[in-house]
This record gives sequence, C-alpha cells and structure tokens, in this order.
Amino acid sequence: MTEQLVADSRRAQSPLLSVRDLQVEFTTSAGIARALDGVSFDVQAGETLAILGESGSGKSVTSQAIMALLPKPAGSIVGGSILYDGIDLAKEPVSRVRDLCATDIAMIFQDPLSSLNPVFRIGDQVAEPFRRRLGMGKKEALARALELLKRVGIADAERRISNYPHQFSGGQRQRIMIAMAIALKPRILIADEPTTALDVTVQAQIMRLLAELQAETGMAMILISHDLGVVADSASRVAIMYAGRIIETGGIREVYDHPQHPYTKGLLDSIPGAHAMGEPLRPIVGSPPNLLDLPAGCAFHPRCPIAVPECRAAVPSLREPEGAALGHHVACIRAEEVRSHD
Amino acid sequence: MTTAPTTSAAPAMTKARRSRWGVHTRTLVPCAIIALIAVGAIFVPVLYGYDPLRVDLADRLKPPGSVLPNGSIAVFGTDQIGSDLFAQMMAGARVSLIIGAATLAIAGVIGVLIGMLAGYYGGWLDTVLMRVADIQLAFPAILLAVLLAAVLGQGVLNVIIVLSISNWVVFARIARSQVLALKDREYVEAARTLGLGNFHIIFRTLLPGSLPPILVVGTVELGHVVLAEAALSFLGVGVPMGTASLGSTIANGVQYLSTAWWISTLPGVLLLLLVLATGVLGDAVRDRLDPRLRSL
Amino acid sequence: MTEVSLLKVQNLRVSYPIHSSILQRRIGENMAVKDVNFTISAGQTVGLVGESGSGKSTVARTIIGLEKADGGRIEFEGRDITQSTRTELKALRRDMQMVFQDPFASLNPRLSVQEIIVEPWLAHPDVVPKNRRASEAKALMDRVGLNPDYASRFPHQFSGGQRQRIGIARALALQPKLIICDEAVSALDVSVQAQVLNLLDDLKQEFNLAYLFISHDLSVIEHICDRVLVLNGGVVVEEGTPRELFENPQDDYTKRLFAAVPVIRPWLNGASSKPAGTIPRY
Repeated sequence: MTEQLVADSRRAQSPLLSVRDLQVEFTTSAGIARALDGVSFDVQAGETLAILGESGSGKSVTSQAIMALLPKPAGSIVGGSILYDGIDLAKEPVSRVRDLCATDIAMIFQDPLSSLNPVFRIGDQVAEPFRRRLGMGKKEALARALELLKRVGIADAERRISNYPHQFSGGQRQRIMIAMAIALKPRILIADEPTTALDVTVQAQIMRLLAELQAETGMAMILISHDLGVVADSASRVAIMYAGRIIETGGIREVYDHPQHPYTKGLLDSIPGAHAMGEPLRPIVGSPPNLLDLPAGCAFHPRCPIAVPECRAAVPSLREPEGAALGHHVACIRAEEVRSHD
Repeated sequence: MTTAPTTSAAPAMTKARRSRWGVHTRTLVPCAIIALIAVGAIFVPVLYGYDPLRVDLADRLKPPGSVLPNGSIAVFGTDQIGSDLFAQMMAGARVSLIIGAATLAIAGVIGVLIGMLAGYYGGWLDTVLMRVADIQLAFPAILLAVLLAAVLGQGVLNVIIVLSISNWVVFARIARSQVLALKDREYVEAARTLGLGNFHIIFRTLLPGSLPPILVVGTVELGHVVLAEAALSFLGVGVPMGTASLGSTIANGVQYLSTAWWISTLPGVLLLLLVLATGVLGDAVRDRLDPRLRSL
Repeated sequence: MTEVSLLKVQNLRVSYPIHSSILQRRIGENMAVKDVNFTISAGQTVGLVGESGSGKSTVARTIIGLEKADGGRIEFEGRDITQSTRTELKALRRDMQMVFQDPFASLNPRLSVQEIIVEPWLAHPDVVPKNRRASEAKALMDRVGLNPDYASRFPHQFSGGQRQRIGIARALALQPKLIICDEAVSALDVSVQAQVLNLLDDLKQEFNLAYLFISHDLSVIEHICDRVLVLNGGVVVEEGTPRELFENPQDDYTKRLFAAVPVIRPWLNGASSKPAGTIPRY
C-alpha cells in the first residue's frame, strides 16, 4: 500500500491521467486511417471531462486506446503517451494495462446487454471482481455485490441478485454495469455513450446516478458522447473532437456559450429546439470527412462557412484565442472571427 | 455509430486481407483448373481411343511413365486390367463432372426454392416442407439408390436422380435459414411498403441476399456428390460397369495400394484438385457478389 | 379545420402473440397498442413521442401495413385500410410511404442507388414510364441533395446522412401524400440530422406532404411537428401543439418525459446543479 501513498501525494500536483499527443492508426483495405492525430488532454481527480464528437471523430477510439481495447491488429497506437500514475499506458503490454484497468480505470459502455454474460446470475457477475481481485469468499463477495446493487438503485436487490441479465430492463442493466465498474473503487471512470441506448427518462436517472457516485468517491470521469445536451449538466470541461483531433476544449459553459471554433458553433446551431419554432435549422453543410482522405490543412475547412485559403495550408493547432477565458483552447486560425459573429 | 471507425475497421481488415490476395486470382486460377480438367475430360479419352472394356493383362499395373509394348508411354501408368490410367481418369472426370454439375443444379434449384418458400411463408407450409426434409435426411441415400436402381436400372441419370433427392435438403435448409435471417431486415420491409409483390421480394430481394452462403455450400457439396457417386458405384448401384468414374477408379485401386499406389492416388489427387478449385471459386464468387468488395 | 382528414386512426388496437418456448403454441398476447385515436390532415406533420414499449413504432407499422390491426379503423382518405383487399392496399401504398430508422439496414446492399430509387416503379409501373425511369431517379437524387453522378454507387459508399437521403428519395418516388418517418433522423449525427430535417421541411412545402413523425427525441419533434401525441403504454396520454405540451404539460407522464429532456445550457435557466465557476484546466 505504500505505492498508494506515493500515488496520493503525486496526485496533489499532477493530473490523474495525462494523454499527450496520442496518435492511433487503423489499417484498412483502402489504406491507413489516422483515427487519432495528436490528441492531448488531462483529467484531474474529481472532475468530469466530456469528450464530444460525431461518428468517426475519434472519441470512442480515445477510450479504447486508454483501456487497451483497440481492435487488434487493425488499430494501434503509433505515437504519444497515456500517462497514468507515472506509467505510460501506451508503451505497456496489453495484459499489464488490462490489469491496471481492472482496478484503477473502469469503463461502462453503450450497450449493457452485450457487456453482461447472459448465462450467469448478475449477483455472481457483480461479485466477480471482489473474488478475483480481492480474493474474497463467495459469501462475502455476494454481500458486497448486494450492497453495490442497492447503491446503484436496483429495487428489491435481495431478490433480483439471482436474476439473469435478460430479466432486467435496459436502464437496470446499465445500473448493473455501473455497479461492476465502481466495485473496486476506480480512480477514473470512462463512460462511453452510457445512455445512448436508453429512454430519455432513464437517461436522466443514469446521469444523476453517475454524478452522485462521482461526488461520493471523488473519482475522475470521462464522459464520451455525441449528445451535447446529455453531458451539459455533469461535465465541467469539454473537449470537442473532429476527424481525430480535439478542435476545441475548455470549461463547458465557456465553450457552449462562446464557441470559438466554427464546427462547435455549427453543432450548437444544428440542435433543434435551440431556435425559435418554425425557423429552419442551420446545419453544417456537407458530411464528416473520410479519415482515409482527409482534406489538406484544417479537416473542417470544406464545411466551414468562414474558411479562407490559409485554412488549407496547415493543420491548425490548439491555441488560446484573444479574449477567450483561461483554458479555452481552439484549433482554428479564425477563432476570433467566430466569436465576433456571436 | 459512435464507434464507427473501430467496428467497421475490424471486419474490413479481414476482408481486406482476403481481397488483397486478389478476387481476380482466386477466380481465374480455379477457373483455369476446372477448365483444364473439363477439356481433358472431353478430349483425352477420344485421343487415346479409350475403351473401358478392353482388358490387356500384359500391361497390368505398370508404374507411371512406363513404355507399353505398343510403344506408347503411360504417363500415369496402367491399372489392374491394363487400361491407361490417364485416359481412364479423364473419362472418369467426365462422368463425375456431369453427375456433379447436374446433381448440384437439380438439388440446388429444388432445394433453394423449397427452402425459400418455407422460410418466407412460414406456418403450415414451413412445417410440412421441413418435415419432409427431415424424413428425407433420415432415409439412407444408399437404400434409395438400391431401390431406384432396382426399379429404373443402373445408369448415370439414375445416379443424378438419387443424389439430387438426397442433397436438396442441404440447400433447402441453408436457403430457409437465410430467408429467416433476412426477411425482417428493414430493407425487405421497405420493399413491402413499396407495394412490391411476394414474387419480387422472394426472387429479387431475398434470393440475391441469400445466394452467397448457398454458393459456398454448393461448392462443398460438389465434393460430396462426387464422393457419393464413388460410394454408389463401389456398391454396384452407381454408374454401370464399363463406365469409368473417378470414384469407381479410386475404389478399384484401393486393393492395390501397396503394390500400385498410383491407381487410387492419382485419381484421388485429381478429385482433390477439382473439389479444392470449386471451393476456392465459390469463395471468390461470394466475394464478387458482395457489393462492399466490388468497389475495391 | 373543415378539410377532410388524410388519415384517421380510430380505436386502434394491435397485439403480438406470445408463443410458448417449446411447442410454439399461442399462450397469450402482448398488447402493444391499446387504444389510439388521431387524425392527420393533408400537409400536416403529426408527431408521435413515447419511450420504448410505448407502442409508437407499432402504430406506424400498422398504418403502413407491416403489422395487422386487431381492432379499430385506419381510414386513408375515407377508406378503411384494415378492411381493404390486396389490390386496394397496393393502390394505397402509392399514397403512403415510409422512411425507416436505420440508414444502414433499410437499403438493399446489393442494389445501386438508382436501382433502389427505381424499385418502387416496378411495383407501380404507371407512375413513371420505363424509358424515363433512369432520368427521373437522377432528378430525385438531385432533389434530395445527392449528386446524380453517384447513381451507380452502392449504399455502403455513402455516409449515414446520405443514405437517409436515398431512403427519402425512394419514398418520394411514388409521389405519396403521407410519409411515415419512423425515427428517421435518430441514427444521424446532429449536424447531419439538421440537414435532413430541413430537407423534410422543404419537401413538405414543395409537395404538400403530410408526415407522421415518430421519434423519441423531443427536440426534433418540437421542431418539426404541428401536433404532437404522447404515447405511453399503448395509449395516447396527451395531445396538443408542441408549444402547449412543452410549456404546459397536463399529464403526469408527459411532465416527467419533458422534464427529462437534456438542456443544452442548463445554467441559463438556473437549472444547473453544477457549482458555477469551475476553473477550466488544460
């Protein structure tokens, strides 16, 4: 446990998880797709970072890279580092990362049904980390599992602990997944589209549960979503991804209220309901780019309403535009113009 | 949706590796092999003046490459009654190819039709057709062959009928399972909402989607059919004496394996080559039918 | 409104049989739709919202004829669909089309875009004569915002939003009066979703289309619908204009449903539970 002490003292100054210039490539028949290209972010203990993006933006690849879940052999980390507790997860062998992830970094997925084993009672599945990692006896582990199930809000947990996954609703299954994820008190919880498959009322309950658990345990949370609204209530910081890069990041209120990247602004404008009724929506023109054939320079420039010829010249890097709040970084050479259009 | 690059990349990879090997190569090479065998099957027996009933005891069991008393060279040797093995193999391949192709065509068409109707309409039609299939499976093909041979007499046509009867079930089952898997897909429902009739949906929408696994099964079945024909001939209810087939040649040579290995082995290799070529061809054809690979 | 309603659904009841697991004997039924009533006028957009199991998709599928009604009437321009013969139904198909949820599954992967758009005319040959079908298909592609040069491409070569445009072009091919959109934009990314919603809006104006719009996404419903029905447990619990429902929901379930909708900027109406002024870090 001395390691824990060392880690605790280190946590005070440095971020819990630090992703630096992460690069991930996928080999496909048509060529090599760079799914992540220089992604960097930090997560502090107790905070919630939302990673937002549309399909193909690389948001899920980011979590897969951290958890060593990249589909092999197609996907691999080709550069950068993922620093956790002084260890570079990008360089460690998969088995070691998985070991670490079992206790320190937990993850919940979009589809809880496919993440649960259909032939085992959920009690045994929730108890399994206690037995395997902590070496508890069956009785003790089941007692802990029961406790956890109650905590995540499974009604009548005493009886339901011996039910099978298919006997639960989608929302309850996600609660069970959360119970399994927090069983060993992880320091980081990665939630990849945790509510996308759920009904809106259930979604609200799950998001509330996650926020409560975070407040209780002080763990860091990375929320990955395509839905700007779902994360608005629980995230403190947000990173917007497009074509494998973070194009805007900062405090969530700052980014949502004063988007400085034309893509972020376009996303916010695309959401129905953010307008006066009866007015047409203002979508972003065109489609997300093909990762195999990215436009030169800024990947967004073909869809960008304020693009200038210079946008084609070089890939813009993240910078703090004039007049932006502290920590608000934007990868756009015309960020100031976006703000003035506000 | 959110994991688009990963979920699509993984299957794309295996597909890619296969396609890189070249759908073209995988089509052309087996086609060439089959064409070569077919050409040989047509012309070699004629050129050699092959007569299956000729017995030449002096030339029995000569190893490959032997020079026969009449001055010709038996490239693959001779068999137990002194026939040139190469000519006999090619004559056998002719019979085997005809039986194989005809059986697959008949069993395939009947089986796929029955399977698709059973799967599409379901209900009592499905129950009746699939019970018939079960009964058919339970009834030994050999018994049927003996029965038919007794009634119709021996002959290539009878072998085709017997093998078709015992093979349609395989096609019916795979076609039925394909239809069951496809018929609730949104694009099939979309076809229904357009007002397209059952005929169009079965033959224009479901059939093309069901075809790839059926083709693969068909190529595997070709091997089975050729072997089954050999078994029937071995038992004396297949092709009549005096008609060489690959199967009967292999069967005849088995007892000479220790002294004259070539009699069974060389036709066996030819059979293997034929089955392998059709298998690879079936796989390649399936890939060609996949529009996702067509664009590569 | 004095105009004749285009679609009138009365006391609709739909159930799915439950079969025993071994003998496949019918042992009961699951009432998906218990009692649903509503009307759609020409050119009107009616939204159907509800959570999974509310029966909203079953209503749509029954109207289009993919499920059978157990009771009630579905009248299209005064004719009862549930009692129609096959030929009558086929004629009705022309006037009623559907856009499906999954842009990946609802297009036949073995047909080119042009073949997909031409397919409806195989069922209804009199709509467009044979020699003009190719050019009409291209015109439709152009209308929904697809490059007609891509007519010979296959669905997998398009993005999700483009595929949904193909689905819309196919639905338009028969010049319908009503299009049922079953979660038609739910699978799309938000920027693309807005494009498709705008397209649907434009087409509505241009062809005087009526939509039955089924979605779980209340903000989409609010944006596009003239009237909204809230479905819960196979029954319509509340009906009204989007504004009425959003601003003053009456039913308990409706209240809960609308309260759960995520707000983009919760801090603006003071609903945020997050402490203000968290210091952003990078």
